[in-house]
Amino acid sequence: MKPPQIENIEVDLLLEAIFRRYGYDFRSYARASIERRIRQFLADIGGESISQIIPKVLYDRDFFMQLARRFSISVTEMFRDPFVYRAVRETVAPMLRTWPHIKIWNAGCATGEEVYSLAIVLKEEGVFDRATVYATDFNDEALARAKEGIYEIDRLREASGNYQQAGGKSSLSAYYHARYDAVAMDSTLKQRIVFSNHNLVSDHVFGEMHLIFCRNVMIYFNRELQKRVLGLFTESLARGGFLCLGTKEDLRFTDFSGRYAVVDDRAKIYKKTVADG
Amino acid sequence: MAGFYIMKGDGSHDRYRAVAIGGSAGGAAALETLLSCLTGDFPLPILVVQHLHPADGGAFSRQLARTVAPEVIEPCDKERIEAGRVYTAPANYHMVVEREGTIGLSIDGKVNFSRPSIDVLFESAANAWGREVTAVILSGASADGTEGMRAVRAAGGRTIAQDPAEARYPLMPQSAIDARVVERVLPAAAIGQLLHALGSREKAAGPCGMNLLPYG
Repeated sequence: MKPPQIENIEVDLLLEAIFRRYGYDFRSYARASIERRIRQFLADIGGESISQIIPKVLYDRDFFMQLARRFSISVTEMFRDPFVYRAVRETVAPMLRTWPHIKIWNAGCATGEEVYSLAIVLKEEGVFDRATVYATDFNDEALARAKEGIYEIDRLREASGNYQQAGGKSSLSAYYHARYDAVAMDSTLKQRIVFSNHNLVSDHVFGEMHLIFCRNVMIYFNRELQKRVLGLFTESLARGGFLCLGTKEDLRFTDFSGRYAVVDDRAKIYKKTVADG
Repeated sequence: MAGFYIMKGDGSHDRYRAVAIGGSAGGAAALETLLSCLTGDFPLPILVVQHLHPADGGAFSRQLARTVAPEVIEPCDKERIEAGRVYTAPANYHMVVEREGTIGLSIDGKVNFSRPSIDVLFESAANAWGREVTAVILSGASADGTEGMRAVRAAGGRTIAQDPAEARYPLMPQSAIDARVVERVLPAAAIGQLLHALGSREKAAGPCGMNLLPYG
């Protein structure tokens, strides 16, 4: 048997061990990316084989948490793909204004860069005050950081160009307070954001939504899990509600394309056209 | 070209399932030269990581599509990998191969200061296709790709580097050569001709069977 075949078995066993011991189900994650993260983790701790770390994962919760952190880290930046935020501003926000109260779900918010970007756009378009924004993630540590809203100043500087390209009406610095080499996002942005733990793998619908923002999260899932999550989103969305995916995620490659109309193909913004799930 | 194919004891040789190509500074021109040697019915998929500006927005892929015969696609996540198509990694995403024969994208952190990273593509290609993948490293001022070439070699796949003497930025192919993970060193056009010959041989040998999953 070749080493990659053996490694494949080891990855299966590790993910099964994690699921049965801790209830976190990474078995339906996209395989190549999770394998890479496991290999990196192994290299960092100087481990020789994946099977070697299985006993430690089973008996040592802290060790498992270290590994789990690796699985859930997602690196994003504020106003990544500025044209997406421009489309939200120009196309989605005017429609959102037609509802008296709007609920928005940023699913898989990680450390919060995306939800603050969205909040800024909604605020500038005058719909933030009538919105409740749910920012959810299954990783409590990431969620705590999102809630804190403290970022490196260098990253905000990079983002300010993107903010302008997204049609920003002010200056990004109007939305944060700088101290030394860090910035804290303005507290008025947090007023309408509810940060809470939600696991797309196992949790259910928690409210009717008018906009679901879930960018570059499902690329980490396999087809089966992707289908579950899209089902969840479709069930959650009000008729006429919007779904915004990553720019390289296409509903055409899923079973759900018939239930949505394309609002902006490049920004991957869709509108639910059917009445129920 | 003799000696490039591994001859088995029974006189038959290994089949090939895919080509993976990495380029950085000066790589786009070399890639065009290389792909210009191929016809539209090239029987293998070609996966390309070219280091791009984060705001490329698909421009690189569209430009390449205008100049070469095989169909060029900047894929979406989970797109099925088909023979005769060139898949270029989108800017700001890593591109990987899933064993079931689909493209995977990720926004994991930069590797070798790059996203997409050549190492990330090559390592996943080595895992998915093992000895049946050919990896090519082109011009660049980076060491990205060297570890990926090592993974392809370790899995028994073929590795080729653009001749550093020809490369506009020799560092990247030289890095792989110095790491002793390169089997052949050739100018870009000769790599294209080699792949063309390999493709013709694959076509003559007939369909590769349904097994895209070398490891089940």
